[in-house]
Amino acid sequence: MSLDIRTSLLKVTDLRKSYGAIQAVAGVSFEVIPGEIFGVIGPNGSGKTTMFNSVLGQIRPDAGSIELHGKTITGLSPLELSRRGVGRTFQTLQVFGKMTVRDNLIVAAQEHQGSMLSRLFAPGDSGLGDRADALIDQFRIRHVADSLAGTLSYGQQKLVDIAMAFMAEPDLVLLDEPCAGVNPSLVGGISTLLKDLNCNPKFGKKASFVVIEHNMDFVMDLCHRIMVMVEGKILAIGTPAQIRGNKAVLDAYLGN
Amino acid sequence: MKLLNHKFALLLTTLGALLMLAAPQFLKNYGIYLLTYWLIFIIATMGLNLTIGYAGQKSLGHAAFFGIGAYTVAIMMKAGISFWLGLPAAALICFVAGLILGFPALRVQAIYLAFATLGFNTAVWLVMRNEEWLTGGTFGINNISRPSLFGYSLEGNLRYYYFVLAVALVLAGLLWGLLRSPWGKAFKALRDNPIRAESLGVNIQKYTLLSFAIGAVYAGVAGALFASLVQFIEPAPFAVSASIMMYLMVVVGGAGYFLGPVVGAAVGVVLPEWLRDVPGVANWYLPAFGAAVVLLMVWLPDGLLSIPERMRARRAAREASARRATAAGKIGLKS
Repeated sequence: MSLDIRTSLLKVTDLRKSYGAIQAVAGVSFEVIPGEIFGVIGPNGSGKTTMFNSVLGQIRPDAGSIELHGKTITGLSPLELSRRGVGRTFQTLQVFGKMTVRDNLIVAAQEHQGSMLSRLFAPGDSGLGDRADALIDQFRIRHVADSLAGTLSYGQQKLVDIAMAFMAEPDLVLLDEPCAGVNPSLVGGISTLLKDLNCNPKFGKKASFVVIEHNMDFVMDLCHRIMVMVEGKILAIGTPAQIRGNKAVLDAYLGN
Repeated sequence: MKLLNHKFALLLTTLGALLMLAAPQFLKNYGIYLLTYWLIFIIATMGLNLTIGYAGQKSLGHAAFFGIGAYTVAIMMKAGISFWLGLPAAALICFVAGLILGFPALRVQAIYLAFATLGFNTAVWLVMRNEEWLTGGTFGINNISRPSLFGYSLEGNLRYYYFVLAVALVLAGLLWGLLRSPWGKAFKALRDNPIRAESLGVNIQKYTLLSFAIGAVYAGVAGALFASLVQFIEPAPFAVSASIMMYLMVVVGGAGYFLGPVVGAAVGVVLPEWLRDVPGVANWYLPAFGAAVVLLMVWLPDGLLSIPERMRARRAAREASARRATAAGKIGLKS
């Protein structure tokens, strides 16, 4: 897979963010090309989530630029980013606890349809029922589709959480630790789901991902390229094989 | 399950409406007056239920809108303007006032928002009390007449009751439609998790403001009907304590339950009036009411209407553990 600037989906240039004297992100540049699954690894406190939140408009970077499809999106709100086809999940579970699983999925995409006024008169499911049902089947959560999301087990809520990020058929999804707190058998399931969402046309528009994850087997298996961050800087970017063989990465992060 | 809930609520509403149509047959004049009073508070708290129960915005300023509605109609009618212009004016002014009160909610939440709205209520109340040229101050405005509809006077309590019932049913229907539309889901998403909602494209600013504005419209219409019912208004019923009482009605009935305000307003408005006439009860009614609210908050924080859901959840848990025991038995485990 070669990099071509003209086709880059996400381009981050010299991103910087400090908290007081601490440089959480100290000049990070990378690109994600369409169709790619781009992993971000690094020890705790290496700036992964700060980088994520800067890209996603949750916090304002001190410097640097972020482009989506060649257009600057630096400093845009999460709302505008969502409308432009950027989806995300959070490090912790973020579902709508007192809504059913199906409604969680529908509300995850309804605001992308029509105008605010037209939605007042739209059917309750905004015509998204089929899409929601397809994801419910794909994520194997049919048996809990009508349960309130807050009553599900952690693993089930995690699946709902991830499915929501894909309801609006985004071009790019940023996943912050999709496997955190998930049992090993479900980790494999999530990996398969993400691969399907990435390249199986049966599941709607193909999406590209940026994935932060500590589970090395998961990252190495899923991602096309991996970026290693340490102390707010990029230590290496490369294919899983390259990263595994990189001495600096081994010393700084992967260890033994 | 959810659809069933909806159908059940619709059935209950229809049954209730039929009951309300027939009720005056069995009541004296004061009873009919009290039912009207109840309906007016149902309308007001339906709006508050949208703001608090569905959109999750903790508002302690609802009585201000109730008062703005009442004074709008009273002042306009005193100036010789028809009730039928006063009513929409009350709704419109409350919509705008609600939008304005929504702005603090864009910056602060929970208890801080409650205090901000409480401050708003106090400010509005002070205007009602101090601006005598406009509101009559503590003397209030009296001799507010009841309207007539197509030349048909709504002067009598019975006629006015049916008029308020019709308005309540129309407003309940509109709220029902609103909550079933995508807007209803957006409000709930805002309540359950605003940060996630925004990341999914929900314009949380707009929905926050709208939840206040639409809630305020309901209070404004209720206030307008109230002014014409009691025919004399002064600042007291629109003070912060009234807002707290309305909040309590929403919570006691069940915040986020469509019929919560019906139950809540019955507990908050009808029950005290009724118990007041029961000999020997009047003296201990308020302490007992207070104690009942404390107990309710401890054991039923989701309100009276959460009882069926709780029972259903308990039954489901029992069935699940029975299934589990059977499954365990099959593989030779003792439960």
